[in-house]
Amino acid sequence: MKANCWTGPNRVEVQDVPDPAILNSRDAVVRITSTAICGSDLHLLDGYVPTMESGDVLGHEFMGEVVEVGPGVDGSRLRVGDRVVVPFPIACGACLACRAELYSCCENTNPNAGVAEKMFGHPVAGIYGYSHLTGGFAGGQAEYARVALADVNPLRIESDLSDEQVLFLSDILPTGYMGAEMCDIQDGDVVAVWGAGPVGQFAMDSARVLGAEKVIAIDDVPYRLEMAASQGYQTIDHSATDVRSALLEQTGGRGPDKCIDAVGMEATHGAAHVHLYDRVKQAVRSETDRPHALRQAILSCRSGGIVSVIGVYGGLVDKFPAGAWMNRSLTLRTGQCHVQRYMRPLLERIERGELDPTRVITHRLPLAEAPHGYDIFKNKADGCEKVVLKP
Amino acid sequence: MELTSTTTVLAPPQEVYGFWHRLENLATFMAHLDDVRVTGPSSSHWVASAPFDTVVEWDAVTTGDAPERIAWASVEGADVDTSGEVLFVPAPGGRGTEVRVRLRYDVPAGALGRAAARYFGDDPSQALDDDLRRFKQVVETGEVVRSEGAPWGKRARREFPQRPARPLSDGELQELRGRREVLA
Repeated sequence: MKANCWTGPNRVEVQDVPDPAILNSRDAVVRITSTAICGSDLHLLDGYVPTMESGDVLGHEFMGEVVEVGPGVDGSRLRVGDRVVVPFPIACGACLACRAELYSCCENTNPNAGVAEKMFGHPVAGIYGYSHLTGGFAGGQAEYARVALADVNPLRIESDLSDEQVLFLSDILPTGYMGAEMCDIQDGDVVAVWGAGPVGQFAMDSARVLGAEKVIAIDDVPYRLEMAASQGYQTIDHSATDVRSALLEQTGGRGPDKCIDAVGMEATHGAAHVHLYDRVKQAVRSETDRPHALRQAILSCRSGGIVSVIGVYGGLVDKFPAGAWMNRSLTLRTGQCHVQRYMRPLLERIERGELDPTRVITHRLPLAEAPHGYDIFKNKADGCEKVVLKP
Repeated sequence: MELTSTTTVLAPPQEVYGFWHRLENLATFMAHLDDVRVTGPSSSHWVASAPFDTVVEWDAVTTGDAPERIAWASVEGADVDTSGEVLFVPAPGGRGTEVRVRLRYDVPAGALGRAAARYFGDDPSQALDDDLRRFKQVVETGEVVRSEGAPWGKRARREFPQRPARPLSDGELQELRGRREVLA
């Protein structure tokens, strides 16, 4: 089959690889009908996430039709022919983390847990197409994929919603939603969202659905800010404006009640000299992430507010504003999305028309053009917000 | 060489004890064990792979078997001088069972000993931690979880860099099935 593979820093290639096979009794094989490129794939692309191997199949946002199930799959939960969306974290459903609905922290699904433990203190769940730190699972930017523990993870789609309406239940819609949910939004809350990429857009939509009075988008890419503005959100271009001052101005000097970091480790915010400092430290590996958005969110948030982090961090950061965080009673909440917790409720919101995930799609490409998709997504070319690939 | 490790398994102590009590089960998750066979009411025969594709075997006797503790030791004069025990302690607040393992291997001096030590890895404690991780997987999910990067189950240890995370070739699948470790 054809699959989009990482072959080295800033290089992806569509290659011929073997078809996937059942390796565990509760596996299934899915024929992929739609898949997407995620912002976090870009962290893998340029080599910021360690433990990539040349030839890894990328992709953790995919859906399709079940074509094979292992002998241990509970037939009442999944059968050949089912149409499914696959959540990106692989959960077992049986460990203490899964019982607490902390699916991305599943204790059983990462065969490389020992490595993850050294890096993070405790292991994290397996994730498709997302480095060997999260298990070395082949990804879904391909014609077929093996799905592990298939009787507890995929969401069956039984209505006639289109692929594009439900594909993003695999990751970015639940991720954006969790970002807003962690904000514990109250009447009158102003929510500021750093990053107007697809996850940021969905965090904005979710904040509004959850009752935010006002939502403010912060980015420096004009078309992304326009996309947010078209939904009625206020915008701040951080390349042209001092973000903290602009936020004070828009909130009567209070600062946003809740702040969402939907940027993560490769931020471009911040003063030039601070940016240079972080780039140099990243280059010599004494800092792995550059947290401009996180720093700015903490400094901007009103006292007693919540800073919710859904942008991806992989390692260590410098100049974490611990003083602002501690002295102003801020709450930091974060996590890789516990997708399985949100899939069904968000599917219902899509069915009721409360959320329209298709609004972020700007490019539809055949799988063979995946490298071009990565290129325009990474370089913010051609108005690229979200690429859907068709195998 | 004495190793200790611990994990918490979300199952009642009785059940976790029951799994370990069937000593044959140990070879399903302990990387260096090929086979454990019960040979009598309190005796068993253990087979482990050793450096340079060799195999070592020894007889062991169960020295303690109660629902909260199992202990064993190799018999007098066996080729391998080893003993171990595992405790099953209820975890607080319904969090399952804390499994605490202690293993002792008397590694001989000289070249053979160094080879044996190398076989257990730079970090033998890590090897036992990984054994217990797989034990937890087997009890909680039914089997050792495999990925394309780490498809070899319990033999995946110390395998970095790994094979790329892409589907296995026919040859690799045949090798896996030959080991009777893949169910399909």
